[in-house]
Amino acid sequence: MLYTNLKHLETAADLKRAISENENVMVICGRMGPMCIPVYGIAEDLEDEYRHVKFYDMEFDNPEAHIIRSLPEVRGFMGIPFTIYYKEGRVVRATSSIQTMEQVRAILDKEFSPAVTA
Amino acid sequence: MSAGNHYDAIVIGAGPAGLTAGIYLSRARMRTLILDEGIVGGQMVLTHEIANYPGVESISGYQLSGIMKKQARNFGCDIKANISIKDLELTGTLKHIILSDGTEYTAGAVILSPGGRPRTLGVKGEDEFKGRGISYCATCDGDFFTGREIIVVGGGNSALEEAVSLTKYASKVTVIHQFDHFQAFEHAIGEARRNPKISFVMESAVTGFYGGEKLEGVEITDLRTGGTRNLRTDGAFIFIGYVPNTEFLRGKVGLNQSGEIIVDAVMSTNIEGVYAAGDSNAKRYRQVTIATGDGTIAALAATAYINELKIKHRQPAET
Repeated sequence: MLYTNLKHLETAADLKRAISENENVMVICGRMGPMCIPVYGIAEDLEDEYRHVKFYDMEFDNPEAHIIRSLPEVRGFMGIPFTIYYKEGRVVRATSSIQTMEQVRAILDKEFSPAVTA
Repeated sequence: MSAGNHYDAIVIGAGPAGLTAGIYLSRARMRTLILDEGIVGGQMVLTHEIANYPGVESISGYQLSGIMKKQARNFGCDIKANISIKDLELTGTLKHIILSDGTEYTAGAVILSPGGRPRTLGVKGEDEFKGRGISYCATCDGDFFTGREIIVVGGGNSALEEAVSLTKYASKVTVIHQFDHFQAFEHAIGEARRNPKISFVMESAVTGFYGGEKLEGVEITDLRTGGTRNLRTDGAFIFIGYVPNTEFLRGKVGLNQSGEIIVDAVMSTNIEGVYAAGDSNAKRYRQVTIATGDGTIAALAATAYINELKIKHRQPAET
């Protein structure tokens, strides 16, 4: 079980619904381990800032996460979390293993658009 | 600068040392801000189980850090994580901390508790193959290497214990270490040596990684001869210790040759009004319990210092 403060995706159907109903989606597929927790923390911190992006997590060992583990974009990945960025239902970027705040921001800014400050 | 950006004390680092300092300072009615360039909890948050924190039988580092954060916030402490510090001025009576987004904070006292991070090799290909064969966490990524041949870099307790643990998955584990002996405890060395899946390459360093879509091999340099050779491998796990997160403090406070902050018995650095606590301090042992102790001492000393400052600043008006 992932005990983060992100919204959890429990099934492949949940994921399909999330990416069909939202233009910009980031999904972190991992475990509660040292490479994954920092990425969840970054996403939690960015939720308020990137209101045009929906942030989710999904448990890597959940059989339903096969929908992520079998993506062609993650072929060759050998480190969790698998972080997938979807735009209009399509995968536009995927990363493997721990990422920094700067790396995540750079992807969000490039693939979606920069955060809008009030 | 907004008056709201002035604090009695600013703590840099939100690991157990920094959070404890925040709890003590806030409870002493000091207006306190904790800043962290990463996530709240520091290295502690990455610990799967903490079973030796007195008063708590067993708890995950994630949960313990969540409780500490809540305690600090309940006493009124402000916490800002995932920020980036651009510069800091610590020498004057008023300390200045400037973030990369231009925000400036001031305080009468500063407690430095930036902690540490796993050391990387810093050789060619390391960034490129991170997550594509290179890992720093056996429990996270070990199962990707089931039936594969892998290497482990390092010679301390973590390296040898994780090498043994990785034999659950890998068909062969080669430990590569720069010295002719290990720094690990005898029991860890013995267990690794007795494992038939583990072999050792001593007095050698990994000096590069190569591959295509995934890691395919490493370049090994023999430190006795300087000669290099390539070793085919599917994975590389790196356990070569920790480095203090003190690069931003060079030239600002006294550091030792390892980059650790030098403090006295009350956690004072060489700069008046600047204290330090936790794993980034120069010390022999690093534990959550020690970090919280450091944070307590630093907060008490900082509180006394701030109170003295306030009395001094009040005197001219009163006389």
